[in-house]
Amino acid sequence: MTEPAQANPQGRPPILEVRGGRKNFGAVHALRGVDLVARAGEVTALVGDNGAGKSTMIKCIAGIYGFDAGDVLFEGQPVHISDPSEANDMGIEVVYQDLALCDNLDIVHNMFLGRELKKGIQLDEAAMEARAAEVLASLSVRTVRSIRQHVASLSGGQRQTVAIARAVLWNSKLVILDEPTAALGVAQTEQVLQLVRRLADAGLAVVLVSHNMNDVFEVADSINVLYLGQTAAQVRTKDSSRSEVIELITSGSMSPVGAGSGPALSKTTTDSANGSTPA
Amino acid sequence: MSTSTRPADPAAPSLLAGTVEQPTFGESVNNWVRKVRGGDMGSLPAILALLVLVLGFFALKPEKFLSALNIANLFQQGAVVTTIAMGLVFVLLIGEIDLSAGFTSGACGAVLALALTKLDWPWYLAFGAALVTGVVIGTLLGLSVARIGIPSFIITLAAFLALQGVVLLMIGTGGNISINDSVIIAIQNKNVPPVLGWVLGVLAVAAYAATSLLSWRGRRSRGLLTAPFGLVILKIVVLAVVILGLIGVLNQNRSLNSNVSITGVPIVVPCIAVLALVLGYVLTKTAFGRHIYAVGGNAEATRRAGINVKGVQTACFMICSTMAAFAGVFAASRATSVDPNAGGSNVLLYAVGAAVIGGTSLFGGKGRIIDALIGGAVIAVIDNGMGLLGYSSGIKYVVTGAVLAIAASVDAISRRRARATGRG
Ligand SMILES: Nc1ncnc2c1ncn2[C@@H]1O[C@H](COP(=O)(O)OP(=O)(O)O)[C@@H](O)[C@H]1O
Ligand SMILES: [Mg+2]
Repeated sequence: MTEPAQANPQGRPPILEVRGGRKNFGAVHALRGVDLVARAGEVTALVGDNGAGKSTMIKCIAGIYGFDAGDVLFEGQPVHISDPSEANDMGIEVVYQDLALCDNLDIVHNMFLGRELKKGIQLDEAAMEARAAEVLASLSVRTVRSIRQHVASLSGGQRQTVAIARAVLWNSKLVILDEPTAALGVAQTEQVLQLVRRLADAGLAVVLVSHNMNDVFEVADSINVLYLGQTAAQVRTKDSSRSEVIELITSGSMSPVGAGSGPALSKTTTDSANGSTPA
Repeated sequence: MSTSTRPADPAAPSLLAGTVEQPTFGESVNNWVRKVRGGDMGSLPAILALLVLVLGFFALKPEKFLSALNIANLFQQGAVVTTIAMGLVFVLLIGEIDLSAGFTSGACGAVLALALTKLDWPWYLAFGAALVTGVVIGTLLGLSVARIGIPSFIITLAAFLALQGVVLLMIGTGGNISINDSVIIAIQNKNVPPVLGWVLGVLAVAAYAATSLLSWRGRRSRGLLTAPFGLVILKIVVLAVVILGLIGVLNQNRSLNSNVSITGVPIVVPCIAVLALVLGYVLTKTAFGRHIYAVGGNAEATRRAGINVKGVQTACFMICSTMAAFAGVFAASRATSVDPNAGGSNVLLYAVGAAVIGGTSLFGGKGRIIDALIGGAVIAVIDNGMGLLGYSSGIKYVVTGAVLAIAASVDAISRRRARATGRG
C-alpha cells in the first residue's frame, strides 16, 4: 500500500483511511468517491454543504450501512465494517447529532449504557461511578455538579459532554462527532470545542463534522471537504484560508486565482485515488 | 484507555474524582425537598394519602380498623392486586400497558384449579402449570408488541376479551371449581408461626441494615458520593419499626371465637415480600433492569447502545403475565375456588391504579416495585375501610376511580413540571 506521505507532516500513521468510498441508496448516488485520512492526535474536520454526504459517510465508517465500493484501512489494515458493534470493537465511537442519551438515567448509567460493568450478575455501581468520574476528570470536565444526576437536568453543552465522555470511556482510537455544536450557544460551543481539542491532544483521532467555519478553523488540524458526494480536497488547516475552504465547499474546486496556494493542498481526491491500489 | 493515562490538570483538581464533598443530613433533606418541588415526587403523595386514610378510618372506626384481624384482612385482600401491580410496573416502565393482566390471573387460576381437581396433580405441578401459562401468555403478548408492532393497548385489550372467554370455556358458564389442596389454601388462609415470624422479621431487618451499611462504607472508602450516615440509620430504623410492628400486631390472637386462636403473619405476606425483593433486585441491581429503564427513557438511544430492545420489551410482558399467574394462585387460594369471573371486574383497574398511585409513570421510564406495594396498600385501605363504614360497592368504585384519576393527574403534572425544571 502506498502511504500518501506528503499528507503527513508529523510522520504519524493514519488511524483511518478511506479511499474511493461509494454508497448508493437505490438511484441516489449519495457518495461517489470519498477519501478521508484521520490521524491520531489530530482533529480532522469533515465539511460540506447540506446533503453533501457527511452523515452518510460517517454512517458507512461506523458500520451502519457499510460502503458499496472503496477501501477502508484501519491502522493500515484493510477492514470491512458491516455492523456498529464491529466498529465499537475496533475502537471507533460515534457521537450522533441527536446524542442518544436516556433522560431518565443518570450520567454514569448513560455513559455505561449497554456496556455496564458487573460483579457477577450485579451491576458494579461503585466501579462505574469511579471510572466515569475519572474519565470526566481526564477530560477536565468540571461543570457537572454530580455524576449521579439525571441527564435531563443538564444543559445542551453538558449533554454533549456526557455523549463524548461516553465515546472515550472505551479503548477508543477514533471518535467521530456529527455536528456536536449545531444546537449550542456560544459559551457551550466553546466548551465542547475545547473538549474536542483535548481529545485529540490526548492521542485520539477525531473526526468533526461541522458547518461552522469558525469552529473548524479553531480546532481542526486538517479539513476534508465534501462536494456533492465527492471529496473535493483534504487540506491542512494552517496552509489554507477560510475563503479557499468556502470555495471548495460551494464549487468543489479551487479557482485558478488561488493557484499560489495550490501546493498547500496536501491531498486531493485525485492524489488519493492514484495512490490506492485495490487490495 | 488513552485519555485516562493523561494526568489531569493539576492546577484544577477535579470535583468529581476523589475529593467529593459529602452532603450533610440537612443538605440531603434540602435536596430532596428541591427534587419534590421539581416534580419528582416518587411515592410521597401515596404515602401521605395512606397516612390520611389510615388515620381517617381509625378515627371513624377505632375499634375495628386497626384491629389485628382487620390488618390481616387488609394483607389478604390486597395481595392479588399488589402482585399484579408489581408485574405491571415492568410493562409501564417501558411505556406500554397490559390490560389483560387481570384475566391472565384468572386463566392461570383456572389452570391451577383444573390441574388440581381434574388431573389430580400435586400442588407444585399445578402451581408450575399456572406459572407456565402466565409465561406463555406474556411471551405471546410481548412478541405481538415487540416483533409485530401491535400497540400494547390493542393487543392486550384483545387478550382481555379472549382470556375472559378462555376462563369461561375452561370452567363453564355458572361453574365453579373448588380447591381442596391444603398447601394452596394455606397461602391465603394460614399463618406463619409467630416465632418464625419474629425470626424472619429480624433477619430481614438485619439483612437490610447490613447491606446498606456495607454499601455505605464501601462507597465512602472509594471516595464516592454517599448519603449522610444519619439518613442511612433513619431508613433502617423506620423499616425495622414498620416490619417488626406489623409482626407484633399480627402475632396477637385475632380469633373472634375464644376457643381457637389465630396468630401469625398470613403466609401470603412473606410470599409477596420475596417476589418484591427479587423483582426489585432485578430492576435496580442488574444490567437488564437498567435496560428496562433505558427503553422507557429513549428506545432509539438504547438500540444504538447495542441493547436488544425487542428482547427487553418481550421480557417485561413475560414478567408481567408471570406475576399475574402468581396473583391468580393467590386469588384461588383466598376464594378456595375459581369461577368464570376470576380476575375480572375491578382487579385489573385496581392493579393499574396501585402502580400509578404509588408513583409509577404511565409515560414510561419511571417506576419502582415499592410503588406497587404502597399503591396496593392505598387501594386495599380504601376498599377495606369503606367496607367497614358500610358503603356500597358503587361508592367504593367511584372513590377508587377518583383516586386513580388524581394519581394519573399527579403523574402528568409532575412530568410537565419535571420537563420545565429539567428533571427526568
Ligand atoms: N437512507 C437514505 N436513503 C436515500 N437517500 C439518502 C439516505 N441517506 C442520505 N441520503 C441522501 O444522500 C445525500 C447525502 O445526505 P447526508 O449524508 O445526510 O448529507 P449531509 O450530512 O452532508 O447533510 C442526500 O442527498 C440524502 O438525500
Ligand atoms: Mg448530516
